[in-house]
Amino acid sequence: MALSSKTKAVLLGPLSKNNPIIVQVLGICSALAVTSKLEPSLVMAIAVTIVTAFANMIISLLRKSIPNRIRIIVQLVVVASLVTIVSEILKAYSYDVNKQLSVFVGLIVTNCILMGRLEAFALGNGPWPSFLDGIGNGLGYGWILVVVGFFRELLGSGTLMNFQVIPDALYEMGYENNGLMVLAPMALLLVGCIIWIHRANNKELQEETN
Amino acid sequence: MNRENSGYTIIYAAVMVIIVALGLSFTHQVLNDKQTANVNIDKMQQILRSLNIDASTDEAQAQYDALVKNAYLVDNKGTKIEGTEGTTPNDPAFSTELGSDDLQGLPVYEAQVGETKVYVLPMRGAGLWGPIWGYLAVEADGSTVYGSEFGHASETPGLGAEIVEPAFRSQFSGKELIKENEFRSIAVVKPGQSVASRDYVDGISGGTITSKGVDAMLLNSIGDYEKFLMNLHAAQQ
Repeated sequence: MALSSKTKAVLLGPLSKNNPIIVQVLGICSALAVTSKLEPSLVMAIAVTIVTAFANMIISLLRKSIPNRIRIIVQLVVVASLVTIVSEILKAYSYDVNKQLSVFVGLIVTNCILMGRLEAFALGNGPWPSFLDGIGNGLGYGWILVVVGFFRELLGSGTLMNFQVIPDALYEMGYENNGLMVLAPMALLLVGCIIWIHRANNKELQEETN
Repeated sequence: MNRENSGYTIIYAAVMVIIVALGLSFTHQVLNDKQTANVNIDKMQQILRSLNIDASTDEAQAQYDALVKNAYLVDNKGTKIEGTEGTTPNDPAFSTELGSDDLQGLPVYEAQVGETKVYVLPMRGAGLWGPIWGYLAVEADGSTVYGSEFGHASETPGLGAEIVEPAFRSQFSGKELIKENEFRSIAVVKPGQSVASRDYVDGISGGTITSKGVDAMLLNSIGDYEKFLMNLHAAQQ
């Protein structure tokens, strides 16, 4: 299926210009909580992408019939059921992955990005663009998580994907793992640094100052 | 029908809830057997890890059957409860969960690793964010630790969650639970500190509360097996 320029914008926008974490500033809590190691960051990124895409699509299909008064509740029910079904399927077919994900299931349901996209996009657009918007936002969220997880694990534990990367020789010379990197505040600082670099390269995101 | 009509809203909510409930229970029903099988394999892998054996999901059942010769429940005086012997997942030892309300007894798994007879004891405690658990493999003298396995539900990655790593677990091998004919268990202390009169291991830097949870679990949960272990110890003297 050829992507029109409009659908391309929907898919690629959230990767940079409309990134959920560094521009919309959504989903920060899970970005802090799961990024102390790289592997959970990857698992969370994939999970959020899948759930956002399908939740977006389902809500978009239902959008003409949802009563306005209970629309947030309906969105929550759809997201929670989706996450539960994903978790049940993983428990049956991929138990190891589910053991890692079980902690994050709750985090996915409360992720502001999900509710944000359902409200802002799925309620007003068709199913296919909504699905792509979900993928785009999931990937935009995902790459930030991977970058933060990469630095936090490398500098905080000296490993990547649980393989030791910093050579023993460096440790013997007196190098020590930065314990602060494993704690949440450093994730916030790292995201801040990414925002800084991103805005320096995208002048249109900078607010006017007189 | 008007979307904003109260009647429509109530019917919509009711229908949605019913569909979701049916969908979720159907999914669970269909997948339940596979899930139980996975949970059992995972438990076997945990017990094998306490015996210092890392089995993959395919080999776990076979390795478990080869090594675990017997399993039964003991009461708090350390005596085996009649009729509870059996090593399959349906037998009392494997199917008993510590912390359940109707605990019939404490599970003990007897394994034969080469020449060594090892007793595997399950344990349960509280970490920082949720439960922690584990299996302690004890040699036939009721005191020397052969190996250990720890698990957690929601401890912090990189901190409390490090209790599952071999670096933490390997410290326990060779340590003794019984000193001077008294059950003292093994302490978990801040790295750099030491304890007199008890064997100890280093806790996790930055994971203080989880480490304290492991310490308490070793004292209390394994403490439930005190009579059982003292009986083994006396028999070896």
